[in-house]
Amino acid sequence: MQQLEQLREHARGRLERLGNTVTSQVWRLGFASRFLFYLVMHSATALRRFRLTVAEIYFAGVLSLIIILVSGLFVGMVLALQGYDTLQRFGASESLGVLVALSLVRELGPVVAGLLFASRAGSAITAEIGLMKATEQISAMEMMAVDPIARVVAPRFWGGVISMPLLAALFSAMGIFGGYLVGVQLIGVDSGAFWSQMQAAVDLRNDILNGVIKSLVFGVAVTWISVFEGYDAVPTAEGVSRATTRTVVSSSLAILALDFVLTALMFTGGNNQ
Amino acid sequence: MNRSTIDLWVGVFVVLGIGALLFLALKVGNLATFSDNQTYLVQARFANIGGLKVRAPIKSAGVVVGRVADIRFDNETYEALVSMTLGTSYQFPRDTTAKILTSGILGEQYIGLEAGGDGVMLKNGDRVRLTQSAVVLENLISQFLFNKAAETKEPEKQ
Amino acid sequence: MQQNPIVEIRKVAFGYDPARPVLRDIDLEIPRGSVVGIMGQSGCGKTTLLRIIAGQFLPTAGEARVLGEPTAKLDRRGLYAMRRRMGMLFQFGALFTDMSVYENVAFPLREHADIPDELVHDLVMLKLQAVGLRGAAQLMPTELSGGMARRVALARSIALDPQLMLYDEPFTGLDPISFGVIVRLIRELNDSLGATSIIVTHDVQEALEVVDYVHFMADGRIIAQGSPDAIRRSSEPFVRQFVNGAAEGPVPFHYPAPDYAADLELAAG
Repeated sequence: MQQLEQLREHARGRLERLGNTVTSQVWRLGFASRFLFYLVMHSATALRRFRLTVAEIYFAGVLSLIIILVSGLFVGMVLALQGYDTLQRFGASESLGVLVALSLVRELGPVVAGLLFASRAGSAITAEIGLMKATEQISAMEMMAVDPIARVVAPRFWGGVISMPLLAALFSAMGIFGGYLVGVQLIGVDSGAFWSQMQAAVDLRNDILNGVIKSLVFGVAVTWISVFEGYDAVPTAEGVSRATTRTVVSSSLAILALDFVLTALMFTGGNNQ
Repeated sequence: MNRSTIDLWVGVFVVLGIGALLFLALKVGNLATFSDNQTYLVQARFANIGGLKVRAPIKSAGVVVGRVADIRFDNETYEALVSMTLGTSYQFPRDTTAKILTSGILGEQYIGLEAGGDGVMLKNGDRVRLTQSAVVLENLISQFLFNKAAETKEPEKQ
Repeated sequence: MQQNPIVEIRKVAFGYDPARPVLRDIDLEIPRGSVVGIMGQSGCGKTTLLRIIAGQFLPTAGEARVLGEPTAKLDRRGLYAMRRRMGMLFQFGALFTDMSVYENVAFPLREHADIPDELVHDLVMLKLQAVGLRGAAQLMPTELSGGMARRVALARSIALDPQLMLYDEPFTGLDPISFGVIVRLIRELNDSLGATSIIVTHDVQEALEVVDYVHFMADGRIIAQGSPDAIRRSSEPFVRQFVNGAAEGPVPFHYPAPDYAADLELAAG
């Protein structure tokens, strides 16, 4: 009898904790949304004193260049290798350019660049804001009657949102170049066929624009998560470390989930489109 | 890292990024689509369009002369009604044939125009009268099997 | 001292959670021009009281009036206007690590006063001279010692010539020389600016040298107040233990624990 009671208590405790976790996550999401709204409403400083945002474009975008360009190159080269291996069985090796370009522009460019951005720039932003909070720099700014969200958070947000599409485009471009290097120069696919088939198949509106839209959406999501986790971090060393981990994990999941939703919206064949 | 160096690098970054976008748009995608005032619209009816899609190319002698603008179903004749935009610099006679062809084995389907001999050219809003539908693989296979069956039957008869 | 006090705290209570109040029924006044100390054990609520004065927290009961305005009734703009007349020195300085010493001190000037760069330069140099660090203007905060960082933070907090200065544990972790420097600066700045200073600290002996008046807090209440001499001569047991730094007194040495013998036997058995 007593064991049954204990079991019931145990289960109730578990359920309560689960309920609390779910409600606290929902509450947190609401808080994050209000944070984003406030941030956007108070972005006047970030845009008027554009210097601040330019500095953040440097830290988020320029410092991510190397990893983006190198990764893009390698992804493109691997795509060409793998793609050729499969296509030549159907005698379709001349479509290699199409395969490389479409894979990159539609999917890999925005998604992989987004994941890399989240790991490099996103975690850096979270750590920076979290540390500023831990060392009372945010409080000091508030005490000096300067709104820290307008002065510190908003420039980082817009810096990230501006950098992301540019990085995704650079990733795709480098990937196509890598595909060209391996496909045409190394393997020997016809250069003319490579480019001409690509141009015939890749559509400006349907493929490239959609890819840009994706990278913009990812940029907003990743940067929003990064600045929020930093601002909401517990002001201790452990708190900041957990916040950066949450940034990378949440951003990555958000990118993949959003990618699914956006791809379903944009690319599923409908009415002969 | 003083201010002007940061500005310089950000400027370089933005230029590179926009350059990449332009590269994708021009060299990779097909930006070179016909603009509106230099096209005219003709229509064609097909019994079966197969896998033809809007924006599929229209080629003659292998050269792209236009794009498929619209695909509809005519509920009275039970045929597909395809609207095509052709570049004004490409004039076709009224007895041109429109065929639905496939580029390569795995390729997408497109419309091929074979010019006839009529002196009068197609104008905006005209209909191409001679059409050939897409080849449907199932029909081809069943026809092949039917022929094979007929062949084996004949020697037996004899 | 005919003017009204610069800070009035009336029956203020505060707690993050209603079951555990941090401050209970606090009443005090800070007269203009004075240097006042708020002292007590760690966790007695003195830093929370300072934050309420700064407007970072709102009292859950009672009223806090600072510079003539009740903090609870201020909107964000009003709060920021009030803060422009205050300066706060944080425990470890809280300098902006991505800016140089010069830029840190110039920060409030650039954000709030629309003045030309040459004037900003002169004002920054003036403030740095007051704290004796004019030569360090181009250093980065990571290159400063703890004492120097705190002096730069002090220069930054007086940049707009505040009427009220708040000090959160300004003496923590300083070597004796830096200590003496900060003590001297607090007094000099207060008098030269014509300002009022509130110091929250638990460094008793040193603080008693610099303040005009002391409020002693324990367990969220004010248990003693008076001039430094009065505090030194106080017979209140907690004040005695605190001033003498005695290990035993109203604040016990041992954290509540079960019977010692029982604990030992459990370990052996």
